[in-house]
Amino acid sequence: MNSIIVTAILVLGILGVVLAIVLYLVAQKFKVVEDPRIDQVEAVLPGANCGGCGYPGCRGFAEAVVKSDDLSALFCPVGGNDTMAKAAEIMGKTAEAKDPMVAVVRCSGSPEHRNRIVEYDGASSCKLATALYSGDTGCQYGCLGLGDCVAVCNFDAIYIDPETLLPVVDEEKCTACGACVKACPKSIIELRKKGPKGKRIYVSCINQDKGGPARKACKVACIGCGKCAKVCPHDAITIENNLAYIDYNKCKLCRKCVAECPTGAILEINFPPRKKKVEGQTENVETK
Amino acid sequence: MLKTFSKGGVHPPENKFSADKPIEVLPLPKKVSIPISQHIGAPASIIVAKGDKVKVGQLIAKSSGFVSANIHSSVSGTVESITPVLDSSGYKRPAITIAVEGDEWEPTIDRSPNLKREISIDAQEIVKKIAEAGIVGLGGATFPSHVKLSVPDGKKAEVLIINGVECEPYLTSDHRLMLEKGHELMVGIQILMKALGVTKAMIGIENNKPDAIKYLTDISEEYQGVTVHALKVKYPQGGEKQLIKALINREVPSGALPIEVGAVVHNVGTAFAAYEAVQKNKPLIERVVTVTGKNLPKPSNFLVRIGTPVDELIEAAGGLPEDTAKVVNGGPMMGKAVSDISIPVTKGTSGIIVFPAKESKRKTEGLCIRCAKCVSACPMGLEPYLLIRMSQRMMFEEMEHEHVLDCMECGSCSFECPANLPLLDYIRLGKTEVNKIVRSRKN
Repeated sequence: MNSIIVTAILVLGILGVVLAIVLYLVAQKFKVVEDPRIDQVEAVLPGANCGGCGYPGCRGFAEAVVKSDDLSALFCPVGGNDTMAKAAEIMGKTAEAKDPMVAVVRCSGSPEHRNRIVEYDGASSCKLATALYSGDTGCQYGCLGLGDCVAVCNFDAIYIDPETLLPVVDEEKCTACGACVKACPKSIIELRKKGPKGKRIYVSCINQDKGGPARKACKVACIGCGKCAKVCPHDAITIENNLAYIDYNKCKLCRKCVAECPTGAILEINFPPRKKKVEGQTENVETK
Repeated sequence: MLKTFSKGGVHPPENKFSADKPIEVLPLPKKVSIPISQHIGAPASIIVAKGDKVKVGQLIAKSSGFVSANIHSSVSGTVESITPVLDSSGYKRPAITIAVEGDEWEPTIDRSPNLKREISIDAQEIVKKIAEAGIVGLGGATFPSHVKLSVPDGKKAEVLIINGVECEPYLTSDHRLMLEKGHELMVGIQILMKALGVTKAMIGIENNKPDAIKYLTDISEEYQGVTVHALKVKYPQGGEKQLIKALINREVPSGALPIEVGAVVHNVGTAFAAYEAVQKNKPLIERVVTVTGKNLPKPSNFLVRIGTPVDELIEAAGGLPEDTAKVVNGGPMMGKAVSDISIPVTKGTSGIIVFPAKESKRKTEGLCIRCAKCVSACPMGLEPYLLIRMSQRMMFEEMEHEHVLDCMECGSCSFECPANLPLLDYIRLGKTEVNKIVRSRKN
């Protein structure tokens, strides 16, 4: 009776030891080594998981940072340069500083400028409305104002102004993650360089119609007249499909185009109020 | 017992006010705008220039691919401009605007009212002729007809099904066409039968049109192989797959075309257009449009030149009532509210419905209580309550697995939903996105 118990203990004991060794060897063979730096990088990221970097969440981005040799293609728009510098430090590399960006709404067609001619009573979603018609005003490019951009913003940085019925971006909160850019079915929202002290100039219209129809649909539409392109000393403005576009890499914020635009489609943001023009004196418009 | 399809379906109130109104010829408009994209498939390419003189029936835009259709001038006059014009899609799209001068027709078109029964050309020539005439499915989906008539290799058509169902409430244009152009329609069916090489044609008509059923049954004795079938009233019986199930009890598999089960379906309007194209050499330049509405003074059926502004039709039907809130292009179930009533009539315009404010307002949305009414209403066996959730959460890959592309947008689910959820709107959005995914996979 005793010998049976002893044999059993021995057999099971030896079996246990052998299998433990086998398991150990297998575990060694298939060991997954996770770079501890992934955790470190993830720790310095904002943790918003917004996807603005193009990766699925901050973990995905951290993995990409650790994997890639060159950090120039990677950027966390939410964290900005500081975060990237920290991440680069962990990796022992340097990150290129990138200009901070901000979302801008390229439509100024408030009800005072373009009349609502149709009443839409469908589900409150720009995506659905776009599938049905071109909008409740004569402009088929303009903002629908149903707030798809507001719904996707993780940072509470965009809201619809009840008076203008247009989205307004809160610069302080906007991280340029680009979620609203993707959500807008009309492609009205664009990311632009924030500029010194938040100054920027952009064409607040995407109407590609010819002058007449564009003007008829909206009083502040870009009519593609090209006056801004002519007046721009930095060659930053191009006209394509009856629409002006200001290249923010070339723009020196001189504001000549703003003064020239006959419809007021070009907006200047965060500039100090203009001095009143004095005859015979050249205006100092170059701001640094 | 009357035949019908088995799965799903709803019973919207009929409201066919214009059923006993004979087809009237609408006076020539002063100006027409003819969009170059009036069909499913590639837009036609314009072959006229500003200032050109055109005649009725002259080709003005050429089909630009296999799934595309020719477009002919519906009036005679001068091409005034080629600019984007707002059409029923709600967007501005290229169109040819012609200022009407007189009514000069192409001399090759036979305008006599005599019935021409003998079909002198062979199957291939018929398909060619129908393609040349720019005929598209006049039921509303506007699929180029010659494509349906070109049976792919390895497949064989056994039966031609003619859709005279007109299951959409309010619409009566097919009904009137069947009553007034019965013989022409029958010859048109013979032409389509010859093109497909079939000996059997079945006309399906819903039981709410007993006069049309009786009349066509009587005259069908003169035409070999054509039978008329009364069907139970049930929306959406005019859907191809539903009609095939109702008439020959065969089910078209998911993602397949009716030819898979040996059937080809054409609308009565298409059959009539085929008659005119083949026997009278007349391209598709006009169609019957129902103009109706509860408060409209004179609901009517008009024979309208393509490109006529919709407001002229409404004017001819007694003018827009004061309490109008919505004008719908097409039937109330599948049609689309228009954003401007100056849009032109196109090949796919089967009806214009004017709704008073009281009826057109959307009801307040509630919450989904999983009552599954949408599931039992769906004729395609889908689960709309699930699809709307997926669409709202942008789960488009999953939507594809749930066969969202089988949805034919009949609107039965939205009609039945007690919570007034915009089920179809979101499903349509999902369909667009899934189609994008499918297309990107192909490339």
